[in-house]
Formats: sequence, structure tokens, C-alpha cells
Amino acid sequence: MELFVFIVAGAMVLGGAVGVILSKHPVHAALSLILTLFGVAVLFVAQQANFLAAVQVIVYAGAIVVLFLFVIMLLGVDNAENLRIEPFRIQRPLAAVVGAGIFGLVVAAIIVSREAETAVRGDGLEVTGADGAPLHDGNIKALARDLFSGHVLAFELTSVLLVIAVVGTVMLARKPRKGDFDGSAS
Amino acid sequence: MLALDPLLENIKLFSVAFLIVIVKVIIIFVVGLVGTMLMVWFERKVISYMQNRIGPDKAGPKGLLQTLADGIKLFFKEDLIPEKSDRFVFKLAPYLAFVPAFLVWSVIPLGGDFSGGKDGTIKIGSYVTKMQLADPPIGVLLLLALSSIAVYGIMLAGWSSGSKYPLLGSVRASAQMVSYEAALGLSLATVILVAGTLSTSGIVFAQSSFTKWHVVATGVVPFLIFLIAATAELNRPPFDLVEAEQELVGGFNTEYSSIRFALFFLAEFMNTITMSGVIVTLFFGGPQPLPIAGNDNILSFLGPFSGTVWFLLKVLVFLYMYVWFRATLPRLRYDQLMNLGWKLMIPLALGWFMLLAAFRVGQDHGWNRAVVGVVCIVVMAACAWLLSLASKVSARNREREGAMF
Repeated sequence: MELFVFIVAGAMVLGGAVGVILSKHPVHAALSLILTLFGVAVLFVAQQANFLAAVQVIVYAGAIVVLFLFVIMLLGVDNAENLRIEPFRIQRPLAAVVGAGIFGLVVAAIIVSREAETAVRGDGLEVTGADGAPLHDGNIKALARDLFSGHVLAFELTSVLLVIAVVGTVMLARKPRKGDFDGSAS
Repeated sequence: MLALDPLLENIKLFSVAFLIVIVKVIIIFVVGLVGTMLMVWFERKVISYMQNRIGPDKAGPKGLLQTLADGIKLFFKEDLIPEKSDRFVFKLAPYLAFVPAFLVWSVIPLGGDFSGGKDGTIKIGSYVTKMQLADPPIGVLLLLALSSIAVYGIMLAGWSSGSKYPLLGSVRASAQMVSYEAALGLSLATVILVAGTLSTSGIVFAQSSFTKWHVVATGVVPFLIFLIAATAELNRPPFDLVEAEQELVGGFNTEYSSIRFALFFLAEFMNTITMSGVIVTLFFGGPQPLPIAGNDNILSFLGPFSGTVWFLLKVLVFLYMYVWFRATLPRLRYDQLMNLGWKLMIPLALGWFMLLAAFRVGQDHGWNRAVVGVVCIVVMAACAWLLSLASKVSARNREREGAMF
């Protein structure tokens, strides 16, 4: 059963990934990306990481790819890109290097994990309640405790970074007006 | 698979427990479809009485079978696919709208016995089960996930039609649904904070008396925000800019015909019912009875079905309200919609969430409630003042600059 789920989800992830690369049309590529994200969510559920799966769908499939599609629609990128035009010359060799590097990392991770002791199979993160009974949504409690106690500084810094990114984008996207740069305050 | 359903522990293929699960799936599917059919009839009938006319009355008693007749008619109409459309996505989109609408049903507790601290399980023979298809530990998050997936159906339908008006409709739709999802999630967070769990049956379980109903326990405001945001998510009037007939012909589904159009239609009404069910579950105690005049459960003579009847009655109130909205409220303009969403609902939901959280922390540390309340109100007033100042400044700037585009 677990193998079956893994094979189906793996096929979804890989099929989606191949689709993202091979689709001529940006919208189709975005749709393939959704397939990949769903496959990953299924894998999370199979590992009892229910919360991660839900957040994966809500944040990535529900918000980020919607934004991708929104931008594609608004800009009206309806035609396939001409692949022969290369805005940055170094882009392609660099992409090959990065791709090979990531592949190497994944292989290294597999090799390392073969030598490490096998994880004990269980219901995801085991958390016991006050009365010693296992909690069903232990994932969320353990994640929250970890995130908001041990890593609270990193968490807050990330949110500040996001705010800065948003403000920066707004500033960059503003149409420069007459009188903006001549030093006269409004 | 813990806690999805007590039946699913140690389940064997083709056992009685397996059969019960299958029957539950079928019942939920059929109830969903029949409910949608009745909802379409209900809406047409109520709205016509509100507009002082009769409405459908020819097919079946009181026109009850009108929807069935319309469905059969749509089924036999020619299925047109526009020349300029993206064929695959065009065919896919109706299902993307329809499937999430159905899936939401599976996590809503449709009944069960929650009286006296029971956890809502019922017994069929010797089998213990819940009156809901699944009770995952992330129940409410699943609702949010499905409502965010529902955007795709509308978005892709508009885009793949290869036509201008549907594209405008779907761009509006995606902007609207994404904006209001934030307010929806934030008002939901207050419920989770008070209930202390994400599971839908746990949330119903936490609302054991009228004062514990989340509409009271969270102080009405999150309920109002959720109701408005949910109406916007559903693209129902007064937020139906997605299919504003006067501006966009028919909106995102202009190019659709035959059974594909019927699927969109079905999904829309289905969503109305499920969203009413979600509101009842989150804020009004789901199948929990309402004590009237000292009597804990005036429907207790119905035995195990009293929970289901209570649930249906509460859902009916909200369905009627949605129809009422449609009959009375004029459609918002697009900028009004965005202003309401971003400048009022999201800050208010966030502020209210912080207020409840502060009270929670105060309770844990034994702080004085009045002091906590006053401090929170001062902070919130300061934030509101800053926000209104910021939007005034930006409005003045916009005025001075003239139109951007």
C-alpha cells in the first residue's frame, strides 16, 4: 500500500517536473507545477506530516502558483518564448553547472542516508498530551513549539525580510514622476 | 491515518466496516447532488417571491423538478469548444471547479451525538463511526486548501476560453478570491484559537453550550468577517463581479455550453451549501442543539437524527440569507470590493485575532482582564489611526498624480 502510494505520488512529482520543463506554454508549465506540488503533498501525507501537506497545498498550490498564473494572464504571455534569444550569455552554462550541483547534492544525500541509522517508523512527530496519551495533531503542536521558541528570531527575521521585499517591489514598480528627483518635497 | 474515522482502524477489504464507509461515501455524494438540486429550486422560488412573482411552478409539484429538467436540457445541448480556446485546459476547468466543491462535504460533521461530552460518534450495530466521511487532524486547513484550489477552476476557465470577456472575469475572480482568502483565514484562526484544535469534529465538540458557540465566544466580529469573506469567495451577490452581466456578458463561463456549463453552475450552488455548512460548523455549533426555554434539546424525540436535523435547520437559515443577499444588495464596484477587503476586513480580522490572543495570554499569566482589554484597544486604535492616515496620504497622492494607466 505504501509502495503504491509512493509510486503514484512519485509519478505525479516527476511527470509534473518534466511537464514544467517541456511545456511550450507558460500556463501549461504552471499547471504541471501544481501537479508536482500535489504529488509532494501526497508524499507528506504518506509520511504522516499532515500539517505540512495542508500548508503545501494552501501556500504553494493555492497562493504562489495562482500568482504565477495571474501574472501570466495579466501580461498576456500567450505565445511560446523564442528559445534562441538569450538575454544573458552566461545563463545556460551556469544553469548546467547548478543543475549538476543539485543532482550531486541529491545523490550525496541518498548515499549519506543509507549509512545513517534508519528512522523508526511511527506516526510522524510523536507528542504526548498532559495525560500521557498521544495527541492526534501532534505535528502542529511540535512544529509550533519549535518554531516559536527555538527559532523565533529566524522566524521574525524572515517575516521582516518578506515585508522589505514587498516594500521594495512597490518602490521599484512606482512610476517615476516629474518633480520626484529635483529635491523639492511635496 | 489516526482519527480519520474510528472505523478505519484495522480495516479489512470487503468487511462490514468497509461497506459502511462505502455507503457513507455514496450517501454524501447523493445528498450533495440532491441538495444542490433543491438549492437551485429554493433560490429561484424564494427570490421570485421576494420579487413578487411566482417562479418555476410547472415541472413537478411547486416546480420542484425544474432543476432536473434544466439539467437534462443542458445535457443534450451541443457542446461547443471555441476555435481559439486551449482545448485541454478548457475541458479540465469545469472539473477543477466541481471537485473541490464536493470534497469539502467530506470533513463537515453532518450529525452525531455531541450531548453531555460525547465526541459525536454513533453506533451502527457494533461499529462505531462518525457522521462525517473523514475527520482528519487538519480538518479546517483542508477547507482552506480546497477553497484556494477552487480558484483554479474559474481562473483557467476564463483564460482558456481564448476570449476577452471571460479573461477579464477570471482575472477579477482570481484577484478577488486571493484577497478575501486572507480575511477568511484570519477570522478562521480566531475559531482555532478558541477551540484549540483544527479537527472539525473537535471544533463542534468545543461548542457544547450556547455561550461556547464560537459566534459568541469569539465575539461576533470574526463571524461577520467570515460571512462577508465567504460570500466573496463564493462569488455570490453582492460580490459577483466575476459574472457581472452588464459588464462582462456572462463572466468567466461565457464560452461554456452544455454539460460543462452545468458543472460550473452545479459547483457554484454546491459551494453555497458547503460554505453554509462550514459557517454552521465553525460558529454555530454544527449538530449541537440550541437550548430553548430550559429544554436542552427540543428535538430529542428524533433520537440519533436530532443532530442532523439541527444541522440542516441551521444550514437552511444561511441558505435563506444568501438568497436574501442576492435579492436585496446591489453589486459592489471593483475598487470598493478591494478597499473593503484590504483596508477594512484584513486589518480588522488581524486586530481581533491579536485581541483574543492577548486575552488568552493574560488568562495564562493571571493578568487583569480589564487592563489587557484597555491596552489592546489603545494599541488597536493607534494602528487604525496610522492605517487611515496612510490611506489618506496615498489617496491624496493618487489624486495629484491622476490616473496611473
